[in-house]
Amino acid sequence: MAVAAIKAYDFPPADSMDKFHGAQLLYIGWEDHLMFCAPFAFAFPPTMRFGDVVDGVLPGSFGYHPDFARIDWTKAEWFKSGKPFAPDFDKSLADNGLGHKDVIRFRTPGLTGIEGSCS
Amino acid sequence: MDMQVAKKKLGLKERYAVMTRGLDWTPSYQKMEDIYPYVAYEGIKIHDWDKWEDPFRLTMDAYWKYQAEKERKLYAIIDAFNQNNGHLNVTDARYINAVKLFISGISPLEYVAHRGFAHAGRAFPGPGPRVACLMQSIDEIRHAQTQVHSISNYNKYYNGMHDFHHAHDRVWFLSVPKSFFDDALTAGPFEFMVAIGFSFEYVLTNLLFVPFVSGAAYNGDMGTMTFGFSAQSDEARHMTLGLEVIKFILEQDPANVPIVQRWIDKWTWRGYRVLTLVAMMMDYMLPKRTMSWKEAWEIYFEENGGALFKDLARYGITMPKCAGQIALEKDHLSHQAWSTFYNYAAAANFHTWMPDDDEMKWLASKYPDSFDKLYRPRYRFWREQAAKGNRFYSKTLPMLCQVCQIPMVFTEPGEPTKTCYREVDYRDDKYHFCSDHCKKIFEDEPEKYTQAWLPVHQIYQGNCFPEGTDPTVEGFDPLAEVLKFYNLEHGRDNLDFEISEDRKNFAEWRGQATRNI
Repeated sequence: MAVAAIKAYDFPPADSMDKFHGAQLLYIGWEDHLMFCAPFAFAFPPTMRFGDVVDGVLPGSFGYHPDFARIDWTKAEWFKSGKPFAPDFDKSLADNGLGHKDVIRFRTPGLTGIEGSCS
Repeated sequence: MDMQVAKKKLGLKERYAVMTRGLDWTPSYQKMEDIYPYVAYEGIKIHDWDKWEDPFRLTMDAYWKYQAEKERKLYAIIDAFNQNNGHLNVTDARYINAVKLFISGISPLEYVAHRGFAHAGRAFPGPGPRVACLMQSIDEIRHAQTQVHSISNYNKYYNGMHDFHHAHDRVWFLSVPKSFFDDALTAGPFEFMVAIGFSFEYVLTNLLFVPFVSGAAYNGDMGTMTFGFSAQSDEARHMTLGLEVIKFILEQDPANVPIVQRWIDKWTWRGYRVLTLVAMMMDYMLPKRTMSWKEAWEIYFEENGGALFKDLARYGITMPKCAGQIALEKDHLSHQAWSTFYNYAAAANFHTWMPDDDEMKWLASKYPDSFDKLYRPRYRFWREQAAKGNRFYSKTLPMLCQVCQIPMVFTEPGEPTKTCYREVDYRDDKYHFCSDHCKKIFEDEPEKYTQAWLPVHQIYQGNCFPEGTDPTVEGFDPLAEVLKFYNLEHGRDNLDFEISEDRKNFAEWRGQATRNI
């Protein structure tokens, strides 16, 4: 369906990648840890190493949770748009196939939040 | 002796006819479609505007008289409230945060409603709906004004309200109510009337206005309560108009039914998402609770709304499809919302806090299926951490839904531990949604929603810093600059209630009023 309008209705999207000064948006969620109310939104250069996101950025965003220090990253399960995803930590975001406004999430088996409440 | 000449006096009905419909005329040297360019493009077919039943037989002169009388009473009470330091009679300074939410989230919508009804009224060729829209338009600006006047007294003493309109257009969570109304205002006149006149004013108003006003009454806030009562007779008229609009459109042509059904589905959901703010206000921000969000939803939507949609069934209209999902969310909505504001308390214009033991008990009794299992452990942890001086403030920006603009805090229907993710590829980009219903709204009109001003993305684009800010300098603190852009003062307008100036001042002033210190 299209928008009802009195004349041609064509406007540029507000969040195309060219507006982010060389960065692209990446959303990251941590399954079973809803103490962080929503997945986070980040702006990263596409050349950034995936491992640098995990080691350099995620601790600042998720580190408050007592489970975070217990994560075994070799066992973490990743999903991209809900489908299993196997990121290569040494490759860049772009080389991992991550584009502008992609959403990924990780599950950390055995870790289910405060008192197992998925918080 | 002069003869008494009987004055020709019009009966009520004639008088009404002369002063409303009698003011209309048929143009002779301009085409109707040039004068009313917005009336056909939405696909709604109207064959006879005279079939419109005026929902309230009120002429303009009588309208001014009634409203002036109400104003006199209202301002007398506001004066008394202000002169007697009425603000110190509220239950607890936490309550004032509900007032902050109202003035920055709701009052600006009254003003936009004023513009919307003026626009819709101008667009309709029928004099009946035009007069009704005119009166509602004036009501709405009156509501905006009386709310600003009543609440301005709180602004003299408490933080976060000093620039509410500036905040409304900028602060991340205020984009939720703002974009809701902007969406309606940029639709055609018929959709606007179904969106605001029917779905919002008729179906959902008891879940917006009543909780705030009864919350004010329960918590000793005479100022807010009084403007609520002053608006009540207007609201009754607005509800009548909303229902008349729907019936009129549906009776005019069977082809209108599916269009109206789509709008009702869309706007019930859009309105409900905005009510997330009310849900948390009811369950968390009122020191003296009126009823729980869940109870309010059951009474005002499930029971009253259920009866309404049964009544509309004869036109072929059915209960909005989203009702099923809303029923599944009612055990979770307010808790998920309050957690969100607890996360982002550093970036809001009001304070948040953790409920005390008695309040946790109340929450557990109202939400026996969800609170103890899912939310109490989280709150207990946050409370313990806060007691250790490690209060949680999330500093990373959240992912937002493209349509309702709320952070993606909602969970899968029936699976309250799984975040609900939905996405759509459209042209060159991906778009994300909190729910099937927001996704459907996008899919129906993607060209519109790709333009959404999402606060998080705007911050990353560099559009939410004061002019002249250089985000590339070393030690750049984005949150500090965003707060400046919001015109909020860090440490004063934001953060936890426990450490707030509001809490300290209220305790001190109330102490002076009740003790000899």
